[in-house]
Amino acid sequence: MQRSDRRSFLKMAGTSLGIGVLYTAVPAAAASGEIGEMFDFTGKKNGERVTPFTFVQLSDAHVGFNGPPDPLGTKAFERAVEMINQLPQQPDLVLFTGDLTHDSEEKDVHAQRMKQFLEISRRMKVPKIMYVPGEHDAGLDGGTLYREFLGESNYSFDHRGVHFIALDNVSRAKPEVGPEQIAWLKKDLARFPKSAPIVVFTHRPLFDLRPEWEWFTSDGDEVMDVLSPYENVTVLYGHIHRDHEQEQGHVHHYAARSLIFAFPDPENAPEKKPIPFDKDHPFKNLGIRMVHEKVGARPLLNSVAVEDVELTVREFSGINGVQQILKNPSL
Amino acid sequence: MIPALLLLVFSLGAPHKAQADENPRVIEITAKRFGFTPNQITLKKGETVKLRLTSEDVTHGFFLRPLKIDEEIVPGKTTELTLRPETAGTFTTICDHFCGVNHGNMKMTIVVE
Ligand SMILES: [Cu+2]
Repeated sequence: MQRSDRRSFLKMAGTSLGIGVLYTAVPAAAASGEIGEMFDFTGKKNGERVTPFTFVQLSDAHVGFNGPPDPLGTKAFERAVEMINQLPQQPDLVLFTGDLTHDSEEKDVHAQRMKQFLEISRRMKVPKIMYVPGEHDAGLDGGTLYREFLGESNYSFDHRGVHFIALDNVSRAKPEVGPEQIAWLKKDLARFPKSAPIVVFTHRPLFDLRPEWEWFTSDGDEVMDVLSPYENVTVLYGHIHRDHEQEQGHVHHYAARSLIFAFPDPENAPEKKPIPFDKDHPFKNLGIRMVHEKVGARPLLNSVAVEDVELTVREFSGINGVQQILKNPSL
Repeated sequence: MIPALLLLVFSLGAPHKAQADENPRVIEITAKRFGFTPNQITLKKGETVKLRLTSEDVTHGFFLRPLKIDEEIVPGKTTELTLRPETAGTFTTICDHFCGVNHGNMKMTIVVE
């Protein structure tokens, strides 16, 4: 089964919600009619078949942050929660990629922010919400408060045949994962075939996106060395408060927008200054976006439509798994 | 307490034991939430300098990817750093050890001319 080993298992259909990203994971073989074979194969290797499901990524709510530039506090976050609850098809899970709270040096204040964050987050009807910390959650106390509320800051789990890995690159106060966690990651991945569908979620980019803005992970290369032999890896992260996509060999990195304020384009902005708040468009750059199932669409391909004209629908698809972006101009 | 010492030499080819290296110019830099003093220094290309980094409050970082500088500045210790930049340019050095509310804007400029 040499060829099957190299074949990928997933297609990822993703829609930028503005409030986050909705992903659909489907077996890649579905399109080519080899689904049975692939399922058998996946079943053997992973113990669980890859079956279609959707999930949402949310990031950077910064509960407790007070403008400028955003005077709206938790409004965008709360709106995002409402919108997710209104999705016609409920996602299986939500991945929250850090900066749940804004930091405070007073432990009580920070704890209060964490409680408020969880109160809002738990309004979501989605059965499974998984978190990683951002530096504003865990940078000052090494993650103590975060762990009190949410448990370990790095872990892995399997969902319908996809392996999810939470990586913590903030709790050491520096932008790094650290040797212990890298050793853990190697061990965690050891049982998987190279073709296994893997989704890593973390706070900071694992590559040098813009180091002088602290948009990097200092030992990100070592993490990538561990991940790169795998053929179906998607890394989802936050921290940069805007969308960004980057390919690195087999690995695809996607950043999500924030729920508080946006940063400018790292390619050409001279400074990391938040984009000013626009009171006429309070969610601009956070971009609240409506997403619907598209009636009659081929399932899982072009399966979303969008009401808000400001919306850019993005289809994440491709034969190589959880990856690639192809813009659909008709939506 | 032995100060952390990191020797960074950026010349290519055989290391030349320049006399200047014996007595490099020393630049003191103080970190304090959320800035460095001075917040700009100017170095000459090929000049060996010694940076002496101290913190007045909490642990800070001193990070500059292009010059491969990645240091911690721990209160009560002096972090010494010898460098000889071989590339001219303006570089932004950041604190990369999370130090509080305005940590994200803690930076200084190193000009190499
Ligand atoms: Cu600092």
